[in-house]
Amino acid sequence: MTTVTETSSPILVQQSAGAMPRHHVLIFAGLLALSLAAPFFLYPIFLMKVLCFALFACAFNLLLGFGGLLSFGHAAYFGAASYISAHAAKVWGLSPELAILSGTAAATILGAAIGSLAIRRQGIYFAMVTLAFAQMVYFFSLQAPFTGGEDGIQNVPRGNLFGLFSLRSDFTLYFVVLAISFAGLLVIYRIIHSPFGQVLKAIRENEPRAVSLGYRVNRYKLAVFVLSAALAGLAGATKAIVFQLASLTDVHWSMSGEVVLMTLIGGMGTVFGPIVGAAIIVTMQNYLATFGAWVTVIQGVIFVIAVLLFREGVVGVIGKWIRKPL
Amino acid sequence: MRKTGFLLASLAASLIATTALADTAVKIGVLNDRSGIYADVAGEGSVIAARMAVEDFGAADKGITVEIVSADHQNKPDVGVNIARQWYDQDGVDLIVDVPTSSVALAVNEITREKNKIFMNSGAATSDLTGAQCSPNTIHWTYDTWQLAHGTGSAMVENGGKSWFFVTADYAFGHALERDTSEVVKAAGGEVVGSVRTPFPGTDFSSFLLQAQSSGAQVIGLANAGGDTINSIKQASEFGITQGGQALAGLLVFISDIHALGLQTAQGLVLTESFYWDLSDQTREWSQRFGEKNGGKMPTMVQAGVYSSVLHYLKAVEATGGKETEALMAKMKEMPTDDPLFGKGVVRADGRKTHDSYLFRVKKPEDSKGPWDYYETVSTIPADKAFRPLDQGECPLVK
Amino acid sequence: MFELLGIPPQALFGQLLLGLINGAFYAMLSLGLAIIFGLLNIINFTHGAQYMMGAFVAWMLLNYLGINYWWALLLVPIIVGAFGIVIERLLISRLYHLDHLYGLLLTFGLALIIQGLFRNYYGISGLPYSIPPQLAGGQNLGFMFLPNYRGWVVAASLVVCIGTWFVIEKTRLGAYLRAATENPTLVGAFGINVPRMITLTYGFGVGLAAFAGVLAAPIYSVNPNMGADLIIVVFAVVVIGGMGSILGAIVTGFGLGLVEGLTRVFYPEGSAVVIFVIMAIVLLIKPAGLFGRTA
Repeated sequence: MTTVTETSSPILVQQSAGAMPRHHVLIFAGLLALSLAAPFFLYPIFLMKVLCFALFACAFNLLLGFGGLLSFGHAAYFGAASYISAHAAKVWGLSPELAILSGTAAATILGAAIGSLAIRRQGIYFAMVTLAFAQMVYFFSLQAPFTGGEDGIQNVPRGNLFGLFSLRSDFTLYFVVLAISFAGLLVIYRIIHSPFGQVLKAIRENEPRAVSLGYRVNRYKLAVFVLSAALAGLAGATKAIVFQLASLTDVHWSMSGEVVLMTLIGGMGTVFGPIVGAAIIVTMQNYLATFGAWVTVIQGVIFVIAVLLFREGVVGVIGKWIRKPL
Repeated sequence: MRKTGFLLASLAASLIATTALADTAVKIGVLNDRSGIYADVAGEGSVIAARMAVEDFGAADKGITVEIVSADHQNKPDVGVNIARQWYDQDGVDLIVDVPTSSVALAVNEITREKNKIFMNSGAATSDLTGAQCSPNTIHWTYDTWQLAHGTGSAMVENGGKSWFFVTADYAFGHALERDTSEVVKAAGGEVVGSVRTPFPGTDFSSFLLQAQSSGAQVIGLANAGGDTINSIKQASEFGITQGGQALAGLLVFISDIHALGLQTAQGLVLTESFYWDLSDQTREWSQRFGEKNGGKMPTMVQAGVYSSVLHYLKAVEATGGKETEALMAKMKEMPTDDPLFGKGVVRADGRKTHDSYLFRVKKPEDSKGPWDYYETVSTIPADKAFRPLDQGECPLVK
Repeated sequence: MFELLGIPPQALFGQLLLGLINGAFYAMLSLGLAIIFGLLNIINFTHGAQYMMGAFVAWMLLNYLGINYWWALLLVPIIVGAFGIVIERLLISRLYHLDHLYGLLLTFGLALIIQGLFRNYYGISGLPYSIPPQLAGGQNLGFMFLPNYRGWVVAASLVVCIGTWFVIEKTRLGAYLRAATENPTLVGAFGINVPRMITLTYGFGVGLAAFAGVLAAPIYSVNPNMGADLIIVVFAVVVIGGMGSILGAIVTGFGLGLVEGLTRVFYPEGSAVVIFVIMAIVLLIKPAGLFGRTA
């Protein structure tokens, strides 16, 4: 993945590792203000979907854009977490925060297991190994008794947060989801700009060189893989609570494709790109439903145009204009 | 979410309004598969059927303004739930109709209960909708797995098909269909010699059919749907399974599937449906009108069911003069159903709508008089026998 | 007679034969993919859609123009191949200097468009296409009834696969092709028009998919999604065989057909996932696939 443009010099990045650059602070503040105001104007469920997918895409981007690893099986972590979280809330009767945590934990363990095998391979072979394991997770989800086959786990209770606050109202839930996804986002931001993140970039740009500098490359790769899987799991687990449903859609390979699409359209390797990409795709799916069977055609056209003309993605292009990494 | 405004008509109606009936505006959402395996079974045809119901009822003249919206649920429960939720929360939809695919129907069933709106299902098969998961807000209109299993299963056993082998699509719906039919077969004195679970969706069934063939069973039950059924029937004919004396029983086959297969391949197949366009003068007349609007394609039972259910709903709206959910549901269950397509019937306490059910055999190509002349009626199962008895469904509403 | 793992040998032979027939489709499709990947470095996600187009164009030729199966077998690969060439010239050729990922995403988008369009015009239930009268009926082999048409599929696919392999490995044209895979600049310096060769190769790979589509039309339902379900499996076949390896694609295609056939007897539910299990194992043990060269 050498296609990502990195405009800032290493020294600049080192500085930014200490404090957030001013324009990033502004963007974060703007995003927060926007998302606090949004539910008063837009349908909260739709917004929560955007938030969940934004977190999912950011987690994926952490791996692809900053780790240089293209996983074609990220639906496995997203979906597995959503199943576990739904099961925990519905059958074990856990409160939502514990259900989400158990989903995330499951995704982390799964990520560690698959990651430790997959990182031994590179490039397209890495993508294929992750796809293979994701297909196995899909198969398991189809067969295991607790997942309910194609019905999925339906009617998951939203429950009471910490056993106290009822999440039945979409409005209340929205702010909980907002808090979760913002926290996830900040964690990702912190990872990218930490010394660990710098080593990742070094590996992405030139792996042999990183090895020769004495870094244990595989450990870094595994670490970022597990982190990415865990955050994808967080997104999936939250989604299960929001929609009160975990289904095969979440583990299907087309979900893995969708998250690639979001990241690509928004801007791979940018901090904010995946958020924009997720918002665009989710909005499209929501409002293009009017066009019935034309939706896939329109999606395909956007795909083609994005690859031919906007390879840096929306945010990547804007970042170029204002000459600041976003 | 295509919108059809009947605003002009209602304006005209209100100008000449003579009755004291206050105008009622209802919004109906046709939620179904518009791009996947059930797009031809339901799809745009169901929207056409819903519009025809509104026109035939003369809603505008009766002071009822009806708006119809539609959307594609892609056979995914999550997509279906999202649309349904948004329709109820945001768009002011009062009634959702159609919804093929059992998993989506069950999900919409729950969300409708939560939002206290009305759901009239025509497209889905699962008998759980009026069984363990029945809801005071749901009516299951056209058919269900119990009906199909009993119709086809018992008829086959009576005609000498004692031993069965199931080719079952490996998902919850396929399993349910196999389980229900097995019970019927055993109760009627037949036996099940084996079954094979096929990955869903599949394209190559030859290997499974060969296993069915070597089992020596008299009947091969196809507990699958859509493309799976089409492929397995096609390949059964190719491998000479039907010629070899084994009978195929399609447990969920629609007329659109037969159309896709062609009579040459599908001939002799026995199946159960609730509706066929060529049953009576009334069904022929309606289907003719429908066909003109739907590119010459005759209606499936699902599309006919959408027409019939919307009609019944509008009658209830007229009768109660409002759209309050409890009142409408009570009215719909109290009022007997009657329409040109399904004849007389009732909506039971568990939400099951009953009507006659038919066992059809697919005609030989030489017996068919023209396009869409596909079925001959083997027997008619009266409404009270066609569906699961009220007390056996374990529906909490029936006590 | 003895029994193998509780299955009478007749049944087993029957299943193996069926596996071989499926393998024939895997082999033809993965061959096309492997050739395209070898020379263009493009992972052609549109392959499934092009296979579907093959079946549909055969149907259209029959229903609109009255052209029968045998002519379709010849004409359809040319028509769909030409379509592939247009796509390559207009779109794919812009991506050669980029990472694999973009080629994959572009062709994925194209597949969505093609499948969506066919779905809009022809619906989803599928269209009937009859087995040509010359191949109707079947042979009783003792252990199973083999429809003539299935026998023909295996034969035709073997001929095509071996023919392709022969052209690429044993002829001068093939030598240019392989050389261009290794070092396009150098081959260009010898006066060979490399871009044109690339374009034609893509057309040929697409033509192979279309040919497989025509072969499939009489036995599988001709519907817009027929390729979408298959493409992921065919990918796996190519990867297991070794990306870009011609022989690997053919052998693995037939081999995995057999393995899948066996799985259908012993663990039918698992037959959809067995190929991926094998892929994971192969890649972890032999990183470049069974027949691939390690870079």
